[in-house]
Amino acid sequence: MSDHEYQPKSKVGKWFNDRLPLLTLGAHLTDYPTPKNLNYWWTFGGILTFCLITQIITGIVLAMHYVAHADLAFGSVEHIMRNVNYGWLIRYIHSNGASMFFLAVYIHIFRSLFYGSYKSPREIIWILGLLIYLLMMAAAFLGYVLPWGQMSFWGATVITNLFSAIPLVGESITTWLWGAYSVDNPTLNRFFSLHYLFPFLILGLVVLHIWALHIPGNNNPVGIDIKKPSKDTVPFHPYITIKDAFALLMFMIIFAGFVFFSPNVLGHSDNYIPANPMVTPAHIVPEWYLLPFYAILRSVPDKLGGVILMFSAIFILFVLPWLDTSKVRSAVFRPIYRQFFWILVIDVLMLGYVGAMPAEGIYLVLARVGTVYYFLHFIVVLPVVGLLEKTDPVPMSISEPVMTGGAETSLARKINEKI
Amino acid sequence: MKKFRKKTFYLILTIFLSFNHLNSAEMTEPIKVNWSFKGITGKFDRASLQRGFQVYKEVCASCHSMQYLSYRNLGEPGGPEFSEEEVKAIAASFEVTDGPDSQGEMFTRPGRPSDMFVSPHPNKEAAAAANGGAYPPDMSVLVKARKGGANYIYSVLVGYEDPPPGVKLDQGVYYNKYMIGNKIKMPNNLEDGLVEYADGTASTVDQMAKDVTTFLAWAAEPELEERHKLGVKVLIYLILLTILVYLSMRKIWSRIDSKM
Repeated sequence: MSDHEYQPKSKVGKWFNDRLPLLTLGAHLTDYPTPKNLNYWWTFGGILTFCLITQIITGIVLAMHYVAHADLAFGSVEHIMRNVNYGWLIRYIHSNGASMFFLAVYIHIFRSLFYGSYKSPREIIWILGLLIYLLMMAAAFLGYVLPWGQMSFWGATVITNLFSAIPLVGESITTWLWGAYSVDNPTLNRFFSLHYLFPFLILGLVVLHIWALHIPGNNNPVGIDIKKPSKDTVPFHPYITIKDAFALLMFMIIFAGFVFFSPNVLGHSDNYIPANPMVTPAHIVPEWYLLPFYAILRSVPDKLGGVILMFSAIFILFVLPWLDTSKVRSAVFRPIYRQFFWILVIDVLMLGYVGAMPAEGIYLVLARVGTVYYFLHFIVVLPVVGLLEKTDPVPMSISEPVMTGGAETSLARKINEKI
Repeated sequence: MKKFRKKTFYLILTIFLSFNHLNSAEMTEPIKVNWSFKGITGKFDRASLQRGFQVYKEVCASCHSMQYLSYRNLGEPGGPEFSEEEVKAIAASFEVTDGPDSQGEMFTRPGRPSDMFVSPHPNKEAAAAANGGAYPPDMSVLVKARKGGANYIYSVLVGYEDPPPGVKLDQGVYYNKYMIGNKIKMPNNLEDGLVEYADGTASTVDQMAKDVTTFLAWAAEPELEERHKLGVKVLIYLILLTILVYLSMRKIWSRIDSKM
């Protein structure tokens, strides 16, 4: 790569760079050769970085005013909303920011599934990404408990009770997590501590995620290996930075729409009722981004079975690179996989929908069908389709999406249509 | 295949929507009111807020607390916007417990604008005991704490009816069309002409319900007007910036695309 040749021009710069090559790193990030055919689905990495930083900054400010005590937490949130200068804005950015963060991460993950970005040589990037996603879910759950409303309290009760399903030690583990014999003040206090910790762990993993990305470089919509740098690539700056900025601004418009004009539409109204251990809400539902997993959990009549299945739904993603047997990365050239990809998208959306509904009647049936299909997709469909599928011809390079012979024009057109 | 996909999608959508419909049929949907504070430029009706405060003070406040509001809020922009003198007079009409003084004794004094709204009962238990065991919820964020928001609160206030035949009600329980489960422990406290509005508006049940709901909507979201105003500015700024960045992007990428 070109950054090996980078030398600072000034004497001071050279002196510093010889001791800590930050300038070399900067040059690497600026020149980083990026496939020139990346579409807008590739802008969500930058958007996610923005989301993380937004959550950290607003979160630090909120923590300056929030009180992590069972008797005071709800009131301190109202204090932020009413008496802190622009407290309402900071809190609404933070609470809606969590939803926007998950919206972006789901698009990012499904982009990876569609274009095969998880495949060799990018398995470590994928696994680091999943660890980030796991920590995000934990952080979001912990954060949702902090306002100490009814959904906070009962959501915390339901989720922490999952651990009691573990044989023999389950009850002890749950008590240990609570720091009490039920969800109570010690629970709230430690959840606050962990909620403050996790974003920084995520930040560390993000650095590793990007580092691992910069070893093989970006995948691209065609999914082929490209020479770097070449006429198939562009320097990260200004080409990708400006494109990311444009996409980020579009994202921010939607974000601002939620924050300013319907800041509570993604939350649950019950969370504006102070936590009351004596009154159970009619339906305990998690935030929307956890609903598919909630549906999987409830689709099993046995508690331990449900917990195992729910965690398996996430952990199966860790072995995804080895379950997918296809040599072709991008679904653009995989006519059969492409259909199954969209069925999976619909399946996950359906699971999310039934997760919000009471676990009875037709919803329970749909949850079970959806759960079975979810696992079938990864355990059966992916390995089998990869072996049997007849893939479309894959181009040799991005600039010349042509193999050989006379079919070139039609193939080139086909690819352009699909990308 | 594409056609098939579209068809499947619509089929699934239709099924989901019909489920939703079945679900909602079990309870009466709240009345939809065309509130002045709806929409992206929505503002509170100042006169309605002042009347609503009067209804709250004369009717609701004998049971319901509003512990997160201060009297000064009544004079702040975006709210009822009572004058400074009016706010001082309102605050002074309440007895506030303060202390301890230098002798270690608690004492009462007239309220000041900086005081929080005085609660009708010393604690939740006392409030429940005085109301047949049902705690009248704090109304500071009530509009945000109910599905359906302002529409729901308004609907409950005007939704009292005689119970349909076959429905038996215990002592101290009332029938309400819009309340979840149709049973409510709050009696129907509104009747025509109950309060005498200073601005001469006729105090019908509907008028009072609308006014007090507007007041509660403001109490739950005192930042609403500021939020809407700032939001419009932020959106305009973001859209202009997006256009500029888009044009820059086109310019920068034209160097690459032309070579393709």
